[in-house]
Amino acid sequence: MTVTGHGGDGPAGNGAAALPDGVQGGLPPRSKEAHKLDRVVIRFAGDSGDGMQLTGDRFTSEAAAFGNDLATLPNFPAEIRAPAGTLPGVSSFQLHFADYDILTPGDRPDVLVAMNPAALKANIRDLPQGGILILNTDEFTKRNLTKVGYSSNPLEDGSLGGFQVHEVAMATLTRGALEETGLSKKDAERAKNMFALGLLSWMYNRSTEGTERFLREKFRRRPEIAEANVLAFRTGWNYGETTEAFGVTYEVAPAKLPPGTYRQITGNLALAYGIVAAGQRSGLDVFLGTYPITPASDVLHELSKHKNFGVTTFQAEDEIAGIGAALGASYGGALGVTTTSGPGIALKSETIGLAVMTELPLLICDIQRGGPSTGLPTKTEQADLLQAMYGRNGEAPVPVLAPSSPADCFDVALDAARIALTYRTPVLLLSDGYIANGSEPWLLPDLAELPDLRVPFASEANAPDGSGEFWPYLRDPETLARPWAVPGTPGLEHRIGGLEKSDGRGDISYDPDNHDRMVRIRQAKIDGITVPDLEVDDPSGVADVLVLGWGSTFGPIGAACRRVRAAGTPIAQAHLRHLNPMPSNLGDVLGRYRRVVVPEMNLGQLATLLRARYLVDVVSHTKVAGLPFKAEELQMVFDQVLQEVHA
Amino acid sequence: MTTVDLGLPSIGGTAGVPTTDEKQTAKSFTSDQEVRWCPGCGDYAVLAAVRSFLPELRLKRENTVFVSGIGCSSRFPYYLNTYGVHSIHGRAPAIATGLATSRSDLSVWVVTGDGDALSIGGNHLIHTLRRNVNLKILLFNNRIYGLTKGQYSPTSEQGKVTKSTPVGSLDHPFNPVSLALGAEATFVARAMDSDRKQLTEVLRAAAEHRGSALVEIYQNCPIFNDGAFDVLKEPGERERRIVPLRDGEPIRFGPEGEFGVVQDGFELRVRRVSEVGEDAVVVHDASRTDPGYAFALSRLGGQDLEHTPTGIFRSVSRPTYDDLAREQVRQAQESRPADLAALLRGNDTWQVPG
Ligand SMILES: Cc1ncc(C[n+]2csc(CCOP(=O)(O)OP(=O)(O)O)c2C)c(N)n1
Ligand code: SF4
Ligand SMILES: [Mg+2]
Repeated sequence: MTVTGHGGDGPAGNGAAALPDGVQGGLPPRSKEAHKLDRVVIRFAGDSGDGMQLTGDRFTSEAAAFGNDLATLPNFPAEIRAPAGTLPGVSSFQLHFADYDILTPGDRPDVLVAMNPAALKANIRDLPQGGILILNTDEFTKRNLTKVGYSSNPLEDGSLGGFQVHEVAMATLTRGALEETGLSKKDAERAKNMFALGLLSWMYNRSTEGTERFLREKFRRRPEIAEANVLAFRTGWNYGETTEAFGVTYEVAPAKLPPGTYRQITGNLALAYGIVAAGQRSGLDVFLGTYPITPASDVLHELSKHKNFGVTTFQAEDEIAGIGAALGASYGGALGVTTTSGPGIALKSETIGLAVMTELPLLICDIQRGGPSTGLPTKTEQADLLQAMYGRNGEAPVPVLAPSSPADCFDVALDAARIALTYRTPVLLLSDGYIANGSEPWLLPDLAELPDLRVPFASEANAPDGSGEFWPYLRDPETLARPWAVPGTPGLEHRIGGLEKSDGRGDISYDPDNHDRMVRIRQAKIDGITVPDLEVDDPSGVADVLVLGWGSTFGPIGAACRRVRAAGTPIAQAHLRHLNPMPSNLGDVLGRYRRVVVPEMNLGQLATLLRARYLVDVVSHTKVAGLPFKAEELQMVFDQVLQEVHA
Repeated sequence: MTTVDLGLPSIGGTAGVPTTDEKQTAKSFTSDQEVRWCPGCGDYAVLAAVRSFLPELRLKRENTVFVSGIGCSSRFPYYLNTYGVHSIHGRAPAIATGLATSRSDLSVWVVTGDGDALSIGGNHLIHTLRRNVNLKILLFNNRIYGLTKGQYSPTSEQGKVTKSTPVGSLDHPFNPVSLALGAEATFVARAMDSDRKQLTEVLRAAAEHRGSALVEIYQNCPIFNDGAFDVLKEPGERERRIVPLRDGEPIRFGPEGEFGVVQDGFELRVRRVSEVGEDAVVVHDASRTDPGYAFALSRLGGQDLEHTPTGIFRSVSRPTYDDLAREQVRQAQESRPADLAALLRGNDTWQVPG
């Protein structure tokens, strides 16, 4: 029997068969046999010190290696170690895996693993009735319960009656299994996350070798810890296998994805790889100038490992120095890159203006997080769009691109580098916390098909008057890019800077007409960037409502559209990668639909742009909760709009 | 924590920058741009000194880059026929750091003012100095904001009456040399716009130094802070106040050389040599590893320029950030091939059959 879990995104195309609407509870009634499922959402939740991210990551790797499609959603506190056992200290990792292509980490878990009362309290409201709840009972002491405000023990007061509860003394069992190892009680207990992983691996018929290999590698330097973790993992597995408590296992078959070689990848890793690839494909050294900030730091960490690709990473004294150094490197002929989050963009804006004025290539990555100010450092949001578009003094147009999923970060990094290098301009790439930390399978690209990003440096005088001079602001008639003349090139010595330049010659100019012309030229250069037409996904071909999104909302919007279609109503979906300039067919596309819905994790920033440019009164649906949209809520929004339109 | 010694030999400041046998003159370093400082501005003298000094280095002109911030002084790059970036306020050290780190074949100079370097750009300056990036930083100190028409600056003497401080400024000034030494700058010097000979000597030593070289240049702004350094220029006063630093020589000054610098506890003080004896006079050694000595020298005179050492305070050798960064990249490239396919593949892949 194949059953679809609750609340997720059904398969594309004729989803009706696989998505019995209104099915509650998700998983089949227990029996002795192995049940086949098409998809499952598991959430591991515990204290930040419990290793939930690692546990989730490991399960993800196994699901990936098995060939499931998957999507993940880590969710962790901003504090490194909030007080143990408290609500602010809860860290969780949600994983959605399926035998078909899925688009989101799932709205709600089918299985919740809660390592302590705080994790239970923080997550239980997301677990649908009938869902599986696995609890580490050792932590359900009076003290711990009081700490999070439980006046009675939920294990005893009947409040969990609607769920399939499994009470497992994970710490005790782990400690018992590790008694012989000579490890201290405390160290032994720390392996309880591996017990949980072992139990879940058994439940979902996952192989154990991969995890055991991983643990031995991870704790290479401390073999006794490695063995303890392996032992805890096996104990969890055996617990499922041998106890009466768990009568059933589940199987989720591999997904039928396009053929090829896959790996699992997070958005930040894909972005880092995209930057390395851009260096390789352009034949340029990469120079990353940056300052640590959540959720962007991992890009720095990753790139700092790849010096062998000609990548230099510079951890500057602040964001301003980071982008300044990157711009200096670009001036010298490298691919300058800077990575940050919203607060860092605020600091970098003056230098972005300088890059606009000096017309040098520069890749600026903003991994958005909740704002304003320090906001919600570890949560996701899309509220930097207008900052990216307009957050500078003067008319300072900058191309803006946004990846739509973790793996898409790779392609978008290359596309952004293409624009920066071809048009000699700073380019803003808007990722966000959701895709930065989330992961999905990635079909490895064919290297030969990656874009050729080579651009020539200027090598000769170019003055149209035959004077033999070099005019740094004489433009390529097609791209309007100015020549990239790097120091060390004889005869092309020139001075650039933030002051207005005379058209062509590039000398300082305060001439009013020249300024007006230059402002318009800089704008025209950005407006003229070639970007592909927007493609609309409408399997029915007759939809009269379009959902238009950008960035990381792609998955939830797509999943919601599938649900709407599965219920028999056509709806069209389109997603913008290029926010500046926008695809040239966008106006036409918008005009073709009776209503356009724009869901955003901000207060309607894209909607504002669309209304201003295309005079289309789009329906703006917004949420700024620090978490991605749920397919279910978007489906409701879309249904409502459809009803209004068809009424 | 482990540290890796990259084993770099010590080399000159311009090593790696291509040289030329072509005849170069001050004129060949002069661009076609009309110089637009106010008449009598000290910046002219510094420009003239730099233009006539640069040919000495015999570097290819195209391999020399001047990066500046914002301020009157920061217009400097426009007037030199080299590569140049007139950037934004305070950020020149950061931009130059990226350039110098990614290009070993360039001689990179930073031109900045007291406001540019010490107010808005103070953070970049100290970090550049501590990293010891191979940059030559010319800090034009006129103790005023020139370009914005005369507000007090972080080097203005306390109590200074300016447009923005009609009843006197309140803040205690920076001594740029002390600040640089506090950041453990490996080369720190001071010169005067009006003393071409000493300025050229200092520029020469700065260029030869591998690492960050901070040169504070006292520069007169006749419009907004005229005569700020007159006491160091007037005959009679000059000899009494300027303390010339010459490596290997006892630090003596005064119209008759009657004053000397002596050690007193942790400090250095000025004394009459006749009272303390010649042996007590400190012999200048800019190569002392501990910046404490140079710092003590920089404290000899206060904000009213009572005693003002000029010349090279400190010149020590320490690996530069840019050399080390390039060496890490080089060693990585030597030991691991740049195999993009392998990188993207990683360790955990799976096949989806067709
Ligand atoms: C971000 C920013 N803030 C303020 C200014 C205005 N501004 C330009 S130059 C300057 C001070 C320059 O003083 P200094 O560095 O001493 O240079 P000087 O003109 O004296 O040579 C100021 C405040 C600016 N250009 N940019
Ligand atoms: S204002 Fe002062 S520093 Fe600026 S150019 Fe005029 S004299 Fe020189
Ligand atoms: Mg000044």
